Amino acid sequence: MINTADILETINMIRQENLDIRTITMGISLFDCVSDDKKRLCANIYDKITGKAERLVKTGEEIEKEYGIPIVNKRVSVTPVSLIGGRHDEDVYIEIAKTLDRAAKTLGINFIGGYSALVEKGFTEGARRMIDTIPEALACTERVCSSVNVASTKAGTNMDAVNLMGRVIKKTALLTKDADSIGCAKLVVFANVPQDNPFMAGAFHGLGENECAVNVGVSGPGVVASAIRRAGNCDLSSLADIIKKTAFKITRVGQLVATEASNRLGVPFGIVDLSLAPTPAIGDSVARILEEMGLECCGCFGTTAALAMLNDAVKKGGVMASSHVGGLSGAFIPVSEDEGMIHALEAGCLRMEKLEAMTAVCSVGLDMIAIPGDTDEAVISGIIADETAIGVANTKTTAVRVIPVYGKGPGENVSFGGLLGYAPIMDINTVSPLRFISRGGRIPAPIHSLKN
Amino acid sequence: MKAVISVTGKDNVGIIAGVSTYCAQRGANIIDITQSVLQEYFAMIMLAEIDRLSIPFSQFVDELTALGREKGLEIHTMHEDIFNTMHHI
Repeated sequence: MINTADILETINMIRQENLDIRTITMGISLFDCVSDDKKRLCANIYDKITGKAERLVKTGEEIEKEYGIPIVNKRVSVTPVSLIGGRHDEDVYIEIAKTLDRAAKTLGINFIGGYSALVEKGFTEGARRMIDTIPEALACTERVCSSVNVASTKAGTNMDAVNLMGRVIKKTALLTKDADSIGCAKLVVFANVPQDNPFMAGAFHGLGENECAVNVGVSGPGVVASAIRRAGNCDLSSLADIIKKTAFKITRVGQLVATEASNRLGVPFGIVDLSLAPTPAIGDSVARILEEMGLECCGCFGTTAALAMLNDAVKKGGVMASSHVGGLSGAFIPVSEDEGMIHALEAGCLRMEKLEAMTAVCSVGLDMIAIPGDTDEAVISGIIADETAIGVANTKTTAVRVIPVYGKGPGENVSFGGLLGYAPIMDINTVSPLRFISRGGRIPAPIHSLKN
Repeated sequence: MKAVISVTGKDNVGIIAGVSTYCAQRGANIIDITQSVLQEYFAMIMLAEIDRLSIPFSQFVDELTALGREKGLEIHTMHEDIFNTMHHI
């Protein structure tokens, strides 16, 4: 018989501390959908996605019921669309975006990722055309997510792409201005993008992946925060151990769900992403973990150190619990999606520069940050350039998902709804990096990329 | 396949009888029970074999939850593997 205390602990984690599986994401290759005929191309894409993922939502719900663990999202990621569109014109790329949206609605999933391009070293003609369509694609669809990888440790940084993405983000904000520029919440600019990430908005199905794969993202900031609270005034070595043990338990559930989903769907298991993914709900916040560790408010000095320790302990605890770990794997620090981050921002304790420092030790980057709508595109490119530099130099994934909310300024509030959350608009440094950004070209790969 | 049925709530007459009668009606074979009462708080954990259920497992889960609600108890029914994987290496 299983120990009674263990059973009650598990039930308490789920009922009281918001333990859940954040997402089961099915990655689907679209390589065999390619066609010169635009109608056939879109029909192939639609048929393949709705065929492969036909039972995704139902299977997710069955597992949820059987194991008693909430599975919040069931999603699909596809091969980067820039690789599928080939010689087609911009209007066909828009049609592909609409096809993805239609497939997502048929399946009953809230997001589909993969309207993406990989341009860390340079643009193919198809990638260039596809990136130009991102603002319109995000404006005329509801569930499509887009990402662009502009840098990697191996290739360096494509500054032409960094420059371009500043304009793309601004245009996306303009075209979705009636919904508080929500298009930008579905657009991520990456350095060192992972190929098997199950989390939106940056999910796509990578080039070396199976035909189809099941990737699972776990969550559980509330569980970690509660474990730390119960530990009381122990030293940091003990605290690291407590976080590791908790992360282990959380990840084991992720592995169980991933294995079950893979078996029931008849699709190979890809990876478990060991992440602490917060939501705007009370008791589901990464910022509150840091405060539980002893910070008066997230964003004060000491935050980077606390986050670094948390991130490391989550990985160490989780890695043994799963047979294959991948994706982003670490603590996420989105602002609008984290109740504690929103509080820290409102309290005036969390600034952009501190968030940037935190991204050097967390799993992703500057995420879901609302900035003034009149922010210059060169400043946005500057934010991207800084973030990619951190990623490239540290051989880690970094990303930028900022929302220049059209028509709104610092201190005003914006609400994106649901898991995307709400936030006050952050005041940021507006001094121009224009001359640096517009030089274009590539920032060479760092010396430590030469590992062979 | 085994399910863990946890029952918590205010202590009352006939809690075990109610849950075990329901299990018997639905073909679930109870193989272990632990229970404790702390002040007025009742906690029971049952391990039941559910291979011969007369209804789908999801319906079994829903009906037990409803039974709990009727009696002012919280009943959670979950596949045992979630506990095994979380707490055993």
